[in-house]
Amino acid sequence: MKQYLLSICYPAGSSQPAPEALHQIMSDVMALRKEMQSAGVWVFSGGLCAPDSATVLRHSNGDIVLTDGPFTESKEQIGGITIVQVPDLDAALFWARKTARATTTPVEVRPFVEQSG
Amino acid sequence: MNAEITAIFRREYGRAVAVLTRFLGDISLAEEAVQEAFAVALSRWPQTGIPVSPVGWLITTARNKALDRVRREATRTEREYAAHWLIDLEEAEEHEVHDDHLRLIFTCCHPALAPEAQVALTLRLIGGLSTEEIAHAFLMQPIAMAQRICRAKAKIRDARIPYRVPEANELPARVGAVLAVVYLIFNEGYSAYSGEEVLRTELCDEAIRLGRLLATLMPHVSEVLGLLALMLLTDARRGARVRDGNLVLLSDQDRALWDDSRIEEGRTLLRICLARNTPGPYQLQAAINAVHADASSAAHTDWRQILELYDQLMAIAPSAVVALNRAVAVGEVAGIERALQLVDAIDLPKYYLQHAVRADLLRRIGRTADAASAYCQALEHCQNQKEREFLIRQCESLTR
Repeated sequence: MKQYLLSICYPAGSSQPAPEALHQIMSDVMALRKEMQSAGVWVFSGGLCAPDSATVLRHSNGDIVLTDGPFTESKEQIGGITIVQVPDLDAALFWARKTARATTTPVEVRPFVEQSG
Repeated sequence: MNAEITAIFRREYGRAVAVLTRFLGDISLAEEAVQEAFAVALSRWPQTGIPVSPVGWLITTARNKALDRVRREATRTEREYAAHWLIDLEEAEEHEVHDDHLRLIFTCCHPALAPEAQVALTLRLIGGLSTEEIAHAFLMQPIAMAQRICRAKAKIRDARIPYRVPEANELPARVGAVLAVVYLIFNEGYSAYSGEEVLRTELCDEAIRLGRLLATLMPHVSEVLGLLALMLLTDARRGARVRDGNLVLLSDQDRALWDDSRIEEGRTLLRICLARNTPGPYQLQAAINAVHADASSAAHTDWRQILELYDQLMAIAPSAVVALNRAVAVGEVAGIERALQLVDAIDLPKYYLQHAVRADLLRRIGRTADAASAYCQALEHCQNQKEREFLIRQCESLTR
């Protein structure tokens, strides 16, 4: 079995969907989580607060310095993640397709490094 | 002898790598083993003669080489795992080899890989071309092509792109992706997008070879036969397409130079498709080319039938490029004015052929100034040297 990170992306600065659309998305996402759980592929999922809420820590002359705000300014931001555990990429893509349909946003699929031993 | 061995190797490379990949679980390891087996063949076969089943010999020798390597590096757990499988590998059954070959093709053409990576992997692993040969065919530096192939193989390994024939529900789309890769290779050879040579024949030959292989592996899929027929019927005109280094239009080609055996093979494939009655874009395009092949001269072309086929094509696979080709057929059946209206309604501003088709239609109804400006627009977007020369000649002939 292999684990994949499904990142739910959205363009930076894009506005939230209308309340009705958002309600539909939330219920689709919850239904999909249940589906993943009953299929035994779900490891973790969660939505993230806005990038502004982030704090970044950096090494600086042996010290750790804190900065307010996200790690990098990027065009695409991560709004939430799901981790699935499946046999191969095709299986991960199967769930990623469903995720993209539910969230109506782009989804990035990225494999975790194999755990040795 | 060496040339013969190299030819065998090239022909059997894909099959050997496919079988070894199943047992080793890694394409790069499989390639290394097969290349070592080839080195042994080069030194041994000149004395012993070529074995009865060269591919069987290559697979067995590659397996032994891989086993040796596993023993040498036995500390590594994944290789131990591989050894477990290797012991089971005796003479590979024919149907298993067949399935392995398909698995490897579907892995090379997986939609999670970029199209250019799919093309490079297919030529390398299925076609058995060297990285240098592929780089040359795509006018790239060998180092850049090596990186592209290396990156694609790393993604297959890291993302665990599965080594299997897709299941029935996803098979049509996945076969479509494989056919697209082969047709891309053919077109790159037949009408190279840029560069000096119009025909890079080695790529056409390779695409047809891949097409034949797919037809052997998936004979029940009509579009597979359709693509092979399309490539054969198109490639049949290769010898007539360039004269004294200049491009020659279909209507001006010397039809005696067309390759009858390719045309006949294409027709035979189309007849099989027709009997099945499951039309698809490749079959229809092949049928259009067959109508051209049937005409003893350009004047005898059955344009009504061609137009009918384009109508069908527009119905199942509409695109602006198909619409443009259909407009040409309309010009022959319903007149140039009607064709011009259709061409003007197509939105392909950066596609030089739209301007070239428009220029040709304008030229034929005597609108010389408009034709000249259309030729200039076509030139702006055309990067192939031979095609540019053709457009310039056409444009110059306007004032004569």
